[in-house]
Amino acid sequence: MTGGLLHIEDVSVSFPVRGRRDWPWTPARALKAVNDVSLSLSPGETLGIVGETGSGKSTLARAIVGTLPVSGGVLAWRGKDLATLSAEERQSHRRDIQMVFQDPVSALNPRMAIGDIIAEPLVTHAPSTPKADVRTKVQNAMQQVGLPPALINHHPREFTDGQCQRIGIARALILEPQLLICDEPVSALDVSVQGQIINLLAKLQRDLGLAMIFIAHDLSVVKQVSTRIAVMYLGRLMEVAPTHELIGTPGHPYTKALLSSVPIPDPQLEARRRPMMLDGDLPSPFAPPSGCVFRTRCPIARAECALPDDREIWTADDRMVACPFHEDGVV
Amino acid sequence: MALLDVNNLNVTFQTDQGVVKAVDGVSFFINPAEAIAIVGESKSGKSQTAFAIMGLLARNGTQSGEISFEGKRIDGLPTEDLNRIRAAKIGMIFQDPMTSLNPYLRISEQMAEVLVLHKGISWKEAESEAARMLDAVRIPEARARLQLYPHEFSGGMRQRIMIAMALLCRPKLLIADEPTTALDITVQAQILDLLNEVRQEFHTAIILITHDLGIVAGACSRTLVMYGGQMMESGETRNIFARPTHPYTKGLLNALPRLDADHAALPIIEGEPPNMTHAKDGCPFALRCANRVARCSTVRPVLTSIDGHHLRACHIHPKDMT
Repeated sequence: MTGGLLHIEDVSVSFPVRGRRDWPWTPARALKAVNDVSLSLSPGETLGIVGETGSGKSTLARAIVGTLPVSGGVLAWRGKDLATLSAEERQSHRRDIQMVFQDPVSALNPRMAIGDIIAEPLVTHAPSTPKADVRTKVQNAMQQVGLPPALINHHPREFTDGQCQRIGIARALILEPQLLICDEPVSALDVSVQGQIINLLAKLQRDLGLAMIFIAHDLSVVKQVSTRIAVMYLGRLMEVAPTHELIGTPGHPYTKALLSSVPIPDPQLEARRRPMMLDGDLPSPFAPPSGCVFRTRCPIARAECALPDDREIWTADDRMVACPFHEDGVV
Repeated sequence: MALLDVNNLNVTFQTDQGVVKAVDGVSFFINPAEAIAIVGESKSGKSQTAFAIMGLLARNGTQSGEISFEGKRIDGLPTEDLNRIRAAKIGMIFQDPMTSLNPYLRISEQMAEVLVLHKGISWKEAESEAARMLDAVRIPEARARLQLYPHEFSGGMRQRIMIAMALLCRPKLLIADEPTTALDITVQAQILDLLNEVRQEFHTAIILITHDLGIVAGACSRTLVMYGGQMMESGETRNIFARPTHPYTKGLLNALPRLDADHAALPIIEGEPPNMTHAKDGCPFALRCANRVARCSTVRPVLTSIDGHHLRACHIHPKDMT
């Protein structure tokens, strides 16, 4: 495993949750939203994370940004464990990693002019920046994302959804981060606007040499921007592989199910597509299945799958499949 | 005879920002047991078309045009008469299965109520029928689950319950407004499969309203493409996908990221969907269209046939489209 920029090892994030009928002194139960996840990221690389509701992909992103504490494992940024950082180092870590959110409109303060919105991270992290410099930087950032700098004093309500997402991206770029985490950046947008934002993110990534973590539930969108894709299910990693390998020769049965569920916008191909139907629903995250968390819905599950073994199998330097039987299973 | 015939439907809303023309001269039909799709982005008027058919427009909305169901006009009917058609003959399911179910009532009550009101059967019989229907939409242990509340089900299960509820009176037509948008992709596959099954089993015609061209390709025989409240193109799904004849349809299909194709950069449509309070003359797509000519922003193109049932509304000849 390489990973000059970000190295995640056996990271878990859990939330204490109290039941409605619990007594005040009953200890809270731990909901493990992310469970023993290991990943790494090199500079300039785009890692896609896909997974359905409850897979822990957004929680993992928040742990990387540092807005959620990890309950286990090591999160290392440029070789330094985040847990041991001093207050100053933590500040600079926060500068280096910026985030773009799903709902572009609610991510912006409606009472602020967009110039102030975009400048806010800069003013917070580098308060000594002269006002004129702030203005130039904001205008540059606006230009980078395709917004006319003349609109600097306008308010979010005067912009369309797609433009609001551009404002969100400009705000993330103003600190010149090294890692941009995009959490479902296009799923709230219209199809005809999605492409514009995807292309913009891909271009920025290329031009600025940014590393990017691109989180989405839509595999076709993730495929468009990512060099590698990680598939998550119920807080665990199922598979990590270079994009083309994952799409072309998926290993894990869950990846196969996910891929076969994506509709193809072509009636002829679509008539031949046989989605691999998964039985039942996502198990409760409070009581995940023992052993492999996917085994309750897996078409090739066997008795051994309930055993608490380490299932992560590295088939190549950059390829992990969390299923020892992935080669036997005909799906 | 067509099951449902919509002719020159217009829907307008009075708002503080002015009059919004949400649906503008839309006409289409659907045959018994057929599945058609109305595809469009936000503000295209696809959902308001459905609400107008059901007589469910918001208070500030007015509609005009003819809507015939089984040969009889159903637009402008008084609420009592409409209530005899709604649920009994035309069922509807919505995007968010949580907000469409009453959180305070057990599933049994919500489902049985439909039958008691429309069919006049006893609560007991109605509950048995509800259990049978839950079974038909493949909810395991249907009888026991009837006694649960909506929050005790997952999103996919709730959408199954909505479908079961809409099918209770064996409607001739089911309008599904973005039925899978709020669901995960593996669950989406299950629900689409289920919809296709109920169409064959109960001979229910389905109008699938969606923004997702991918699910249309497999689920519907005919497709209607809407933009800015108007019909841009309509015809058989395979023709529309293989040979789109409207610049908007073509642009939309090209702009989709696909698993089975590689693009360095996605071909995109410039601009964003129009603001409907400033309805202009001409084609609503004109501002974003790469094929635009002067006439596009002044003269509204008429929906004309190019090949049997394949209709398009565009001034530019398909051969001259870029």
